[in-house]
Amino acid sequence: MHASSTDGTATPKVELRNVNLRYFSLEGETEALRDTSFSIAPGEFVAIIGQSGCGKSTLLSLISGILKPTDGAVLVDGKLVNGPSRKVGYMLQQDYLFEWRTILENAVLGAEIQGANMTTAREHAKQLLTKYGLGQFLHHLPRQLSGGMRQRVALARTLCTEPEIVLLDEPFAALDSQTRIALADEVTEILRREGKTAILVTHDIGEAISMSERVIVLSRRPGRVKSEHSIRFATSDGLRPNPFSARSAPEFNGYFNALWKELEVHVEG
Amino acid sequence: MAVQDSPHVADVALDLAPAKPVTNTTAKPVHRLPVQIDWPTWAIVTTQAGILVGIIGLWEAAATTSVIDAFFWSQPSAIWHTLKIFFTTGDAWTDISFTFRSTIFGFLLGTAAGSLLGLSFWWSRNYAAIVQPYIICLESIPKLALAPLIILVFGIGLGSKVAVATALTLVVSTLTAYAGVKALDPDGEKLFYSLGATRWQVFRKLVVPFCLPWIISVLRVNIGLALTGAIVGEFIASQHGLGRAILYAGQTYDIALVWVAVLVLSTLAIIMYAAVSWLESLLRKGTRQ
Ligand SMILES: Nc1ncnc2c1ncn2[C@@H]1O[C@H](COP(=O)(O)OP(=O)(O)OP(=O)(O)O)[C@@H](O)[C@H]1O
Ligand SMILES: [Mg+2]
Repeated sequence: MHASSTDGTATPKVELRNVNLRYFSLEGETEALRDTSFSIAPGEFVAIIGQSGCGKSTLLSLISGILKPTDGAVLVDGKLVNGPSRKVGYMLQQDYLFEWRTILENAVLGAEIQGANMTTAREHAKQLLTKYGLGQFLHHLPRQLSGGMRQRVALARTLCTEPEIVLLDEPFAALDSQTRIALADEVTEILRREGKTAILVTHDIGEAISMSERVIVLSRRPGRVKSEHSIRFATSDGLRPNPFSARSAPEFNGYFNALWKELEVHVEG
Repeated sequence: MAVQDSPHVADVALDLAPAKPVTNTTAKPVHRLPVQIDWPTWAIVTTQAGILVGIIGLWEAAATTSVIDAFFWSQPSAIWHTLKIFFTTGDAWTDISFTFRSTIFGFLLGTAAGSLLGLSFWWSRNYAAIVQPYIICLESIPKLALAPLIILVFGIGLGSKVAVATALTLVVSTLTAYAGVKALDPDGEKLFYSLGATRWQVFRKLVVPFCLPWIISVLRVNIGLALTGAIVGEFIASQHGLGRAILYAGQTYDIALVWVAVLVLSTLAIIMYAAVSWLESLLRKGTRQ
């Protein structure tokens, strides 16, 4: 059950070494993460679950480089993270599409901020949006799109700058359950095909099991790695099933119950 | 037969019995959703014109038959006569241009400086916390009470009128722009920083466009305030302007001229208001709100 997927030979794509993070404010300090360590291999899809307020978003902010750990080290490709980098794309819980920009302009925001070649960026964004079924909406405004479509635009914006690591912070939380499952399929497919390393934060145990190869459970605040679970499905072709069919795989319930128990322990104490 | 009929009769009686109290309670009328038939525009406009002509006619008649004192109230024919003089041999254009310029400069200066000040509070929470009480203070002082002081400092020329108009508009714009800043979602900023944005980029590409609807929403209020400021400035000390014309005419009991100046001033106000409304709709389209 407590399996680690790092094989020790290759450099991990992302590594946290004894990371502590405390927020300081007038009311006092909040210890969000204490002595958190884990590593993620290139191309791996990892889900992080844990109680509300246990520091999951904080963890992603650390990896994306917008927060600095109070202690310990965050490494990407074996190098210390010291600020946001193009290697990491961050997709937030809400889509944060800006109403004063069209869909296409929203999608190229990253390129614009990074001062990249805008013609190439626009071409790339158009390709991505068309691939995600939004080809007819390039010049629409965000409010004209449905929640699922908006999330796809947010995904295009994240992938447009070609990050190697994609951080997803409850990206489907605002969607209805059908759209959620359908979009989870699409997103997993896209990230797998492009060989991205992905870290998904979610409250939804089913989502974690069906999308990822490994689930990391964080303890209550201050967050620490409580346990890690490798998720494997036996399939006839030996390939990983897509999230939708994973939900009906025989192994699913076992994983679900195990993770459910892990989380319940937190509630009790 | 009689046996068969009886229940039928009873039914009728039952039907009638409750009917009586119902008709009694209808004393309180009930209403359906009211249906109003809108008049066509021409009918509305004709009625409006009719009312105006009626008022002017009554006024003129009352003045000529001495029902009201024409010395205090003047009368439409005299006002019309004075209007022609005002525009031909009088100072109409100098006064209009003076008041117009004070208003516009005050409006632009107050709105721009106020909006920038409000937006600047995004930069630092400490700075915002320190400056905010002063802004609230400024907001609560009746700025017009400061007008005599402003005239002393800036002199009796255009500058002092612009200053009063600016003082009136600046605080409104500051507070509104700051309200926009406070409505910003920190996660939106987080997204920008995660894409590698500098603070300046966040300001330009997020804070400014996000707060624009707030800034635009006060334009119409501000043009009215700026005009009030300019007029009050002229009341206190001025050599030109419609406000000064009104004051001067009042002091010399030239009531017809007071009416003329008020009329011209109102026209100027309406034109500026319409222009700003048009600008606002243009900006809203531009910022896609
Ligand atoms: N900027 C901040 N200042 C102070 N405390 C903070 C700040 N951001 C988060 N915290 C605190 O740190 C803890 C962890 O926050 P975080 O947002 O990482 O939790 P989370 O696991 O993502 O929660 P959720 O599942 O609700 O999104 C929380 O207790 C929160 O109150
Ligand atoms: Mg969170």
